[in-house]
Amino acid sequence: MKILRSIWHWIDDRTGLSETFGPLARHLVPPGAKWAYVFGSGTLFCFILQVVTGVGLSLLYQPSSEGAYESLKFITDQATFGRVLRGIHFFGASGMILLVGIHMIRVYIMAAYKYPREMSWISGVFLLFLTVIMGFTGQLLRWDSNGVWSAVVAAENLGRVPLVGTTLARLLIGGDTIGAQSLSRFFSFHVFLFPALMFMFVGFHLFLVFRNGISEPPKAGRPVDPKTYRKWYDDMLKREGVPFWPDAAWRDTTFGALVILAIVGLAVTIGPPPLTQPPDPSIVNTSPAPDWYMLPIFALFALMPPRIESFVIFVGPVVAVLALLALPFLSGKGERSPIRRPWAVFGVVCVVLFVGSLLVVGEIAPWSPRFKTKPLAQFVHYANPKLQRGTVLFYKKGCQYCHQIKGYGGLKGPNLSAIGRTWTANQLAVQIVNGGGEMPAYGGMLTKTELADLVFFLQMQK
Amino acid sequence: MNENKADAKDDSRRDFMMKVSLGLGGLAAVAVSVPVVGALIAPLLEGKPEVWRNVGTPDDFPAGTTKLVKFENADPKAWAGTTARTAAWVRHEGDNKFTVFSVNCTHLGCPVRWEADAELFMCPCHGGVYYKDGSVAAGPPPKPLPQYAVRVEQGQVQIGTAPIPITNFGDDSTV
Repeated sequence: MKILRSIWHWIDDRTGLSETFGPLARHLVPPGAKWAYVFGSGTLFCFILQVVTGVGLSLLYQPSSEGAYESLKFITDQATFGRVLRGIHFFGASGMILLVGIHMIRVYIMAAYKYPREMSWISGVFLLFLTVIMGFTGQLLRWDSNGVWSAVVAAENLGRVPLVGTTLARLLIGGDTIGAQSLSRFFSFHVFLFPALMFMFVGFHLFLVFRNGISEPPKAGRPVDPKTYRKWYDDMLKREGVPFWPDAAWRDTTFGALVILAIVGLAVTIGPPPLTQPPDPSIVNTSPAPDWYMLPIFALFALMPPRIESFVIFVGPVVAVLALLALPFLSGKGERSPIRRPWAVFGVVCVVLFVGSLLVVGEIAPWSPRFKTKPLAQFVHYANPKLQRGTVLFYKKGCQYCHQIKGYGGLKGPNLSAIGRTWTANQLAVQIVNGGGEMPAYGGMLTKTELADLVFFLQMQK
Repeated sequence: MNENKADAKDDSRRDFMMKVSLGLGGLAAVAVSVPVVGALIAPLLEGKPEVWRNVGTPDDFPAGTTKLVKFENADPKAWAGTTARTAAWVRHEGDNKFTVFSVNCTHLGCPVRWEADAELFMCPCHGGVYYKDGSVAAGPPPKPLPQYAVRVEQGQVQIGTAPIPITNFGDDSTV
C-alpha cells in the first residue's frame, strides 16, 4: 500500500495530473444544475461509446467495396459477440442523435446560448451536423443494397448544388459510377476525417464549459446583461456554488451509465439492423430506405412540391445552418426563462411536431408503390367473368400498388373500396385514360375491353 | 543609445525569425497537402473512357418489350466486386431500333423497375412513375429517364457506358 502510494506520488509529481485536472473536477458550478443538465454529457458518453465500439468493429470490418458486405455477414453471424458489437454501435448512434437533439432543445429552451456562451452554441451546431453526417455515413458503411443506394441518393443531393453539383457528386462516390473507390472514401470519412473534426469540436465545446461556467438555471425577471453578467456569475458561484465533482457530476455519470446499459440491452435483445441484398447496383428490385434518423428528410423529399425541390435541397440546409449560427447574435442577451419566451417554446414544439410527423409518415411511406401487395383476385372472387377480369386487371396494371380496395393495396392514391358509390362509369373511364392528379394516363396501355372491365369492376365497389 | 540600437536589432531579428518559421511551415504544409488533396480529387482527374458493352443479340429482345440488362462499368478496379456492375432497361421498339434507359430515377437516383403489364417504370423511394418512353407519368421526378448510347454492331446490341446521371440545380424548375 505504502509502495503504491509513493509510486502514485512520484507519477503525480512528475506529470502534474492532479494539479491539472483537480481544479477542473472541483470547479464550482451553480447549485441548480440538476437532471436537466445531463443530456450534454449523455451525448458525450455515447460519442465515447461509438469510438470504442467503432474500434472494435474496425478489427473485423473489411473496408473495400468488394469485401465489406461479406465481412458484415461475418461480424453478424460468426464473430464472437460481433452481433452485439454491431448492435451497440447502431443503438449508440441512435442514442447519440436522440440525446444531441434533447441537449440542443434544453439549451434553447433555457437560452443557455446567450452571453457569454455564444461559442458553445456555435460549436454545438457544428457538432450537431457532424453527428448527423456520422449517422448517415455509418449507415452507408453497412454496404448492402441500402448502403449503395444511400450513396447514390447522397450524390444526387449534392448534385443540386449550383454550378459544382456534378463535381461534388462525383467526388462523393469516387468517380462516375459506384465502384471500387466508393466505399474507401466513405470509410475514410466515417472513421478518420469526421471523427477527427468531432474530437476537435468536442474538446473546444468542453473547454468552453470550463471557461464560461455551466449556465445557471434561468429565472424569470433575471435577464442577462453582458455588462454585469460575468461579475454576477462569479459572485453567485462564490456564494452558493458547489464542486462539479461529485455534487453535479454524479448525475452525469449515473445517467450516462444508464444510457449505455440501455443501449447494450437493446443491442442484445433486438440486435443490429438486418442486412438487405448485396451491394450490387444492378439489382433493381430493392426498396432503399434510410435508418430512422434520416427518415424525416427522406419523407420531406417525397412530400415537398417537386418544382421547389432543387431550391429546398440546396438552400434549405444553407439557411438552416446560417439561422442556427446567427441565433446567439440575434438574441444574445435579455430574458432566459422559457416563461418569458413563450414564442421560443412554441417554436420548439412546432419543430418537434414537424420532425416527429415526418418521421411517422416516413415510416409508413404512403407515396411508395406497394410492390409486395398480394393480387386482390386471391381474396375476392366474382362469378361474373367480366368482374373477375377487372379484379385481375386491378392488380396486373399496377392500380393496386397505389390504390386500396378492401384493405389490400397501396396508399398513394385514394382508397377505392367505395368508389362506385360516387363516381359514374364515365368519370372513371376519363380518369383512367387521362390520368392526372398524380396518376399516370393509362389510355395507351389498356385495350378497350380491358378498360371496360376495369371500369365495371370499380363501379361495383360500393 | 547603444541599448536602443541593440533592441532595434533584436526586433528585426525576431521579425525575421517569425517570417522564416511561418514561411517554412507554410511551405511544408503545402508540400504535404498536394498529394493528400490529390488523393481526394483523383476521381475527377481520371480519364472517362466510353466503352461499348455487349448485352445480347437483337433476338434476345422481342419487339415491343423492355428488358433489364446488366453490364460492367467502363473501368472496373480489381476490388470493386459486384459494385462494378450497372443495370439498364433496354426497349426494343422494333426494326432493330433500341432505346436504353438508365435505372436511376431523376428525382434522387433510386433504381426504377419496369412493370411489364402496366407498362410503367416505377421508383420505390418516393413514388416516381415514368411511361414506357421514359417520360414522367407521375410523382416527383423533374425530368425523363436518361438514356444510354446504344448501337447494333456485329450482331450484338451494345451499350455505351456512362456516368450515373446527376440531376442539377434548376433542372426541375420552370423558373
